[in-house]
Amino acid sequence: MPQIAQLAATYSSQIFWMLIFFGFTFFVVGRGMVPKVMDTVAQRDKQIADDLAAAERARAQADAEEEAWRTRENANRAEAQALIAEARAKAAAVTTERLATAQVAIDATLAEAETRISQARRSAAAEIEDVAADAAREIVSRIAGLTLDDGAVRSAVKENLVHG
Amino acid sequence: MHQFSIQPLFGSEGWSIAGYNIAFTNSTLWMAIAAVTLAFFVAGGMKRQLVPGRWQMAVESFTGFIDGMLAANVGPGGKKYVPYIFSLFMFILFANFLGLLPLGVIGLHAFTFTSHFSATGVLAVLSFAIVLIVGFAKHKLHFFSLFVPHGTPVIMIPLIFCVELISFLVRPFSLGLRLFVAMMAGHVLLEVLSSFVISSGNAGIGLFAIAGLPSFILMVGICALELLVAGIQAYVFALLTCVYLNDAENLH
Repeated sequence: MPQIAQLAATYSSQIFWMLIFFGFTFFVVGRGMVPKVMDTVAQRDKQIADDLAAAERARAQADAEEEAWRTRENANRAEAQALIAEARAKAAAVTTERLATAQVAIDATLAEAETRISQARRSAAAEIEDVAADAAREIVSRIAGLTLDDGAVRSAVKENLVHG
Repeated sequence: MHQFSIQPLFGSEGWSIAGYNIAFTNSTLWMAIAAVTLAFFVAGGMKRQLVPGRWQMAVESFTGFIDGMLAANVGPGGKKYVPYIFSLFMFILFANFLGLLPLGVIGLHAFTFTSHFSATGVLAVLSFAIVLIVGFAKHKLHFFSLFVPHGTPVIMIPLIFCVELISFLVRPFSLGLRLFVAMMAGHVLLEVLSSFVISSGNAGIGLFAIAGLPSFILMVGICALELLVAGIQAYVFALLTCVYLNDAENLH
């Protein structure tokens, strides 16, 4: 086994060169390069974390803006609804008023017409009375030869007309 | 066993500092290759793009893996050990994988320096030393309470203290030996099986069909297993260091 057989002759060389080359590895690679590599990794991790945080912030801002927009939109909609309701109410009021005016006019016309009708009826009834009284007196004078008082005939006719 | 033998390269066997030989060996060469390859790999992932390419993604997944392991085992205080654990894990991983490269087919010989306890021992002692330094710097002498688990009856404290102290002191050995043994065992197994293939092939076609061919098929499977072991052993070394660091960092 050369490890043991050659130990006495080679141990100092092995230890010396091991220290030299491991020392080289440690100081040049371990101390010189590895921290830079780790630094790069740390920077990348930090950048990723920062980007994520920025994205999160942007999302929160977008949410807030959307919320504000929604509030504004709701207010606008409510305002529009109020305007519509007001216009509708106003239109309804105007319509009602116009209807009332028309109704009044119609009522007046109706009342006048009714008055006229009843007047006509009354004058017609009086004319019928006159005609009936004349006819009755004529009939009485021709058949019975009596000359009756005009007032008596008229009252008899009126009584008959009323009681029919 | 030739694959484990250490040979000086470039006529450097005479190099020494204060009487200690520091020859530039094949083991040293593969340490250098592992370190340079690792540096090249990590440097390729330093484009620092916001959207990473494949290479950058690969390097970042390794650092993220080590970071996650420390976060899970040590907690927030583990962040400062990422450079060390990363170097440890990747250096061992690259060494294990590079040692498995089938360079024999082009006449070169890969050398797995993690199959030498003189190399893994250095890493284990380093980890253990860091645990000791961190532990005593952070908790002073209170660090010794690590050896007395909560709820130990007073009468048991001396015994438990000794047991825990021994298990603590064994850590660097288990850490270094585990890696060395796993890597060496895998390579020896492959070597034994390949020697079956070669010698049965030389002995005759009948024996090759009975012993050589099954051995070769088994080798293919074991090569895949060795790739897995190479990753797992690097992971285990790094993970255990994390667990020990957790003791030092947070006591318990």
